[in-house]
Amino acid sequence: MAQELFAPSTLIFSAILLAAFSGTPLLFSSARHAARAQLLSVILMILSSVSGVAGAVAFLINGHSTLFEISWSLPFGPVQLGVDSLSAWFLLPIFGITGCAALYARSYWHADHHPATVRPMTFFFGVMTASMGGVVLARDAISFLFAWEIMALAAFFLVSTENEKPEVREAGTLYMITTHTGTLGLFALFPLLHLLTGSWLFPPPLTLTASPGIPSVVFLAALFAFGLKAGIMPFHIWLPSAHANAPSHVSAAMSGVILKIGVYGLIRTLSFFHGVPLWWGGTVLLLGVVSGVIGVAFAIGQHDLKRLLAYHSIENIGIIFMGVGVALLGQTVGSEPMMLLGMAGALLHVINHALFKALLFLGAGSVIHATGTREIDLLGGVGKNLPLTALLFGIGSVAICGLPPLNGFVSELCIYLGLFHGIQGEGGGAVAVALAIPPLALIGALAVACFVKVYGIIFLGAPRSANHYGQHEAGWQMLVPMLLLGGGCLAIGLAPAGIAGLLQQVSRSVLPEVVGQAGVLLSRLVPLTALSATAVLLLTLSAVLWWWYRRLISGHSGSAPTWGCGYQRPVPRMQYTASSFAEMLIGLFAFALMPERHRTGNMKGLFPGPARLTSHVPEAVLERLYIPALQELYRRFSPIRKMQSGILQQYVLYSLITLIVLLAASYF
Amino acid sequence: MITLADQLLVLVLLINFISLGTGRLIFAIRAVAVQGVILGILPGMIHSFSWHLVGITVVIIIVKGFIIPRLLGRAVHSAEIKREVEPFLGYVPTLLLGAIFTAFSFGFSGSLPMLPEHQNYMFVPASIATLMTGFLVLTTRRKAISQVIGYLILENGIFIFGLLLAGAMPVMVEAGALLDLLVGTFVMGIVMNQINREFSSLDTSLLTSLKEE
Repeated sequence: MAQELFAPSTLIFSAILLAAFSGTPLLFSSARHAARAQLLSVILMILSSVSGVAGAVAFLINGHSTLFEISWSLPFGPVQLGVDSLSAWFLLPIFGITGCAALYARSYWHADHHPATVRPMTFFFGVMTASMGGVVLARDAISFLFAWEIMALAAFFLVSTENEKPEVREAGTLYMITTHTGTLGLFALFPLLHLLTGSWLFPPPLTLTASPGIPSVVFLAALFAFGLKAGIMPFHIWLPSAHANAPSHVSAAMSGVILKIGVYGLIRTLSFFHGVPLWWGGTVLLLGVVSGVIGVAFAIGQHDLKRLLAYHSIENIGIIFMGVGVALLGQTVGSEPMMLLGMAGALLHVINHALFKALLFLGAGSVIHATGTREIDLLGGVGKNLPLTALLFGIGSVAICGLPPLNGFVSELCIYLGLFHGIQGEGGGAVAVALAIPPLALIGALAVACFVKVYGIIFLGAPRSANHYGQHEAGWQMLVPMLLLGGGCLAIGLAPAGIAGLLQQVSRSVLPEVVGQAGVLLSRLVPLTALSATAVLLLTLSAVLWWWYRRLISGHSGSAPTWGCGYQRPVPRMQYTASSFAEMLIGLFAFALMPERHRTGNMKGLFPGPARLTSHVPEAVLERLYIPALQELYRRFSPIRKMQSGILQQYVLYSLITLIVLLAASYF
Repeated sequence: MITLADQLLVLVLLINFISLGTGRLIFAIRAVAVQGVILGILPGMIHSFSWHLVGITVVIIIVKGFIIPRLLGRAVHSAEIKREVEPFLGYVPTLLLGAIFTAFSFGFSGSLPMLPEHQNYMFVPASIATLMTGFLVLTTRRKAISQVIGYLILENGIFIFGLLLAGAMPVMVEAGALLDLLVGTFVMGIVMNQINREFSSLDTSLLTSLKEE
């Protein structure tokens, strides 16, 4: 009995139920008891998180796939829910990140300070968590779509939490439109799968042949639908504004987890097929490269902290897609190391990105909470009053740049190694991977530049404006989740060997076997011990340097503004701004970013008058591509709109005509 | 009994023409009420006795024959509208169209693949003809109340079709359908009230001003 009770699948299903109902007590509480009800919701969410993560880990260590079937009287056959390695792997971020975010919300979005919005927000946060769990457990098209739509709607309500602001409403609407466009892709995808298998249930892995024809259309539909959710370029248009305008812990959950559900969907769909052609892998790899490079370039140009982080999500999704692309190319050329390294890199990066991006969004939330703005150019010297937030944000920044000794390095190294294995092959695959290596390096370098900018401008230097200098450190409820996430980043960075076995098991579960190469081990392909050793060495080195620096400055204390440059009267306005720091890189990428500059005033003569320069990097893909195209479409199709006259009787007439035509057609 | 059922169905068809041809709203409402009562009696004619059947008959007669007409009558009185139908299309053309549709439905139902025991009944043609009449009322009349009458006739048409299946129809489905109708009438009542308040008229063609540009 006890064994039954603590079976992994029981833990996972109870986690989903706990999350789904976590917000319910708050809905029925009076205004006086709202704070206590919120506490109860947070406790339920944390319980759900612990139970979910424990279930997923227990499953990964010694579980075997379980399948549950609910027979109901709806059409489309029975519902199947199941746990397997891939689901369990994605359940880790789903429950881990949302638990942290829920605790964070207790302080960040306290019921006493946000009485009007806390109820729907808490409720939908729980519902979103539960539905994401539902998506990864679903084993048939119908329950998948159910969970998928609940997830999309819950996320919509979360994005539009502060719906009194017009920009929030706009972001919510854009998200709603794009997510439903994505669902349209799923409506194409599942019937096509039905054509292939004759059932609405998901086929077992590797049972379908990736021949031209329907399988190719399935692949493209999956790429479109799941790519939209994951935010791959050029389907990322909803992502920056939605992440910027949602409350920070919601952005953390969206960026950390919802995007990953898109990745999950793609990997799940691809796992049905064997014998994939070259162009599948090539397309995924190309999309990954484009989104990685352009995403990070857009990030450098942003002035809004959360928008910037959102563009980094696009970049990291690009890296994950590159990993998946490498694995697909490996299938085509029959190279086990490529498949294993690519898929393991992608899957590990899923977890890694969830950890450090959630950490960064929560850190950004602390900064916003303390300073009241997300404008990078208004902030400065925040680190002096928020030392712990600054330290944790720093950890997140190093991790996202893919630098040792943190986790980002491990997963990117896997993908690099996969690419290097690919070059040794021959044919189109080798060319594709050879072309993908420099962009991956470029992505890393640009990410470093971007986070030097973010960290330097926000946390270092002197405060730039009196209103936004950040007086108080965040409370423990905000710091503990960040500490947990930062600890996760460090743990994976220090001891990647600890999860290599699990990672290999999960990767193998979605990959075909290559005859004669089945014995390849991930631990042989990646120098795990060397990684740990390097990480320890680097940490020791930085500790020694820190100690040496403290000794150096002890005794001679004096204070001067940063970048004072020995001037007589240095002022904060002399500091580098975010825009000036990014100027050169934006210039280099102007062909894709299309930055806008507005200059007023006259700068001519010996004594020029006052002048102003503002620069701005808009969402070029949305504003230059989609909106003009949609407007053109609207113009072309406006004659059809006459059919929508607004006259009730006319609408009924359409039904009547249809009916008569159908009846008459039965004569012939 | 079957011949009596057929005669009642002829009556239903005649009432269709009355509702198409009359200019007075109250008269149309009463006509539809009578149609509802006839439909309530019909199940007893073609199926053998059961309490289930008695239940259906009583509920249908009460709802269709009394409650809904009473609600509509009150709406006409309280809205103080001109008690005329104000059609888009004149009475004679609608009557002609109604006749064409009725003929068409008789022709059409001959070509339907049906069980032999249903072959000789008038149920299917009467059902389709009533359905079409409902549509005609819906499309050609201007006032919101006529719209409700149209929906009621339409529903009666569907009900006649359902009569063939009454033995097989679970109580829940019937209850659901009746509830639908009642709620639908309520909703239309609210809509009428709102239209009346907003435009000081029950002319649904004024609703075009709600259309987004």
